[in-house]
Amino acid sequence: MIFADALAWLLDPVNWSGGKSIPTRVGIHLLYCLGAVLGASLIAVPLGLYVGHTGRGGVVLVGGSNALRALPTLGLVTFLYLIAGGGTVGVLIGLIVLAVPPILAGAYAGVQDVDRGVVDAARGMGMTGAQRLWRVEVPNALPLLVGGLRNATLQVVATASVAAYVGIETLGRPLLDGLRVLDYGQFVGGAILIALLAVVLDGVLAGVGRLVVPAGLRLTARSRSRRTPPRRREMPVPVESGGSTA
Amino acid sequence: MGDIAKYLSDAGTRAALLDMLLDHVYLSLVPLVVSVVLAIVLGLLCHRFRQFNATLIGLSNIVYTIPSLALFAIIPALIGTRVLDPLNVIIALTVYTTALLVRPVAEALAAVPAHVTAAATAMGFRPLRRFLTVELPLSVPVLAAGVRVGSVSNISLVSVGALIGTGGLGTLFTDGFRQRYLAPIIIGIVLTLVLALVVDLLLVLLRNRLTPWARVVKP
Repeated sequence: MIFADALAWLLDPVNWSGGKSIPTRVGIHLLYCLGAVLGASLIAVPLGLYVGHTGRGGVVLVGGSNALRALPTLGLVTFLYLIAGGGTVGVLIGLIVLAVPPILAGAYAGVQDVDRGVVDAARGMGMTGAQRLWRVEVPNALPLLVGGLRNATLQVVATASVAAYVGIETLGRPLLDGLRVLDYGQFVGGAILIALLAVVLDGVLAGVGRLVVPAGLRLTARSRSRRTPPRRREMPVPVESGGSTA
Repeated sequence: MGDIAKYLSDAGTRAALLDMLLDHVYLSLVPLVVSVVLAIVLGLLCHRFRQFNATLIGLSNIVYTIPSLALFAIIPALIGTRVLDPLNVIIALTVYTTALLVRPVAEALAAVPAHVTAAATAMGFRPLRRFLTVELPLSVPVLAAGVRVGSVSNISLVSVGALIGTGGLGTLFTDGFRQRYLAPIIIGIVLTLVLALVVDLLLVLLRNRLTPWARVVKP
């Protein structure tokens, strides 16, 4: 019933042309998401790699990124809108703040979780700090780093709908409009579009992950996860028998 | 700053703020408690019956792609609650938090060493008692880590509910935006942060109470 209305809204040719059409909104939604994830990566990846590589400031980093997670995006976006007098910058900063913690966590945990034996071997071969970082730690950290990017993208795509509240024509517009006039077809149609966009972007990033992660790493990752628990988890006792749920 | 002081000087406003804060606590923590219970049950199912595993993990990934605003408002259409019913927000957040917690719970249960469960069995523990007194306590650290992330994200997500008119501190953002008035927005952000911090602190205390052995292992 609702989904039939949603389908009707999605297929209505009126919604596919003009300045407020579905393709335009998908484009704007995508632009904001790309901008936010790129901006957040520029901040979070170098920071995460640095802290993971040097091992300095880990506690501050984790605490700080948890505090960022608690910042309500809607509050931040409305606050920045009133201060900057426009939506674009406010929404971008709000979404960047949202995307930084997962990317930071991925970069930091990725480098942190690299087998110490591997890093020591690299040191033993005479690699300098920078060489160890770029040739050993970063390639090994890629699975978790890409995982962090995927998390961030999912959250940003879902949350960019909030931007419609301050007048940006993202896919949140049909949600808010549909809600105001209780037009469930429009509302659910918008939600479906956002979910689809999230699934597609997640699939693209998963593909990118498969391309950039060195082939040998997937094999070792699988056998390693069976032997030792990841260090991040605070398990009171080590795993001794096969308990892989991967 | 003067604006904020002026805004706070009104007793009626202060009472309203307290109401919103309590609403916010209620809307964010009820889902947390419900989903801890649900996640333990589902995590146990995942752990005992491996075929559930892939299905549940896949399902929880899909749940995360649904925007919170959409879930808040689709629920009344699905289960017939009123649009402004706070139950919608509670159910939506329960779904998100459960999706977040199932995987770590299943992994934590799987990571309990076989010799520990074998020892408990040898001491005459039946499966239920063994689960409640041995396996579950040993998974508390992982569960607590998940619950902390869940509480922070719930507290920040409840604000979005203001867009569909449910209470909580998010109302301050929509009010402030409509009146072009910064004071309520700033107060809303600060109160949300403080609330998240306090709840997180309480969760850490609770975890430490529940895992006295951790103090021995890590001085």
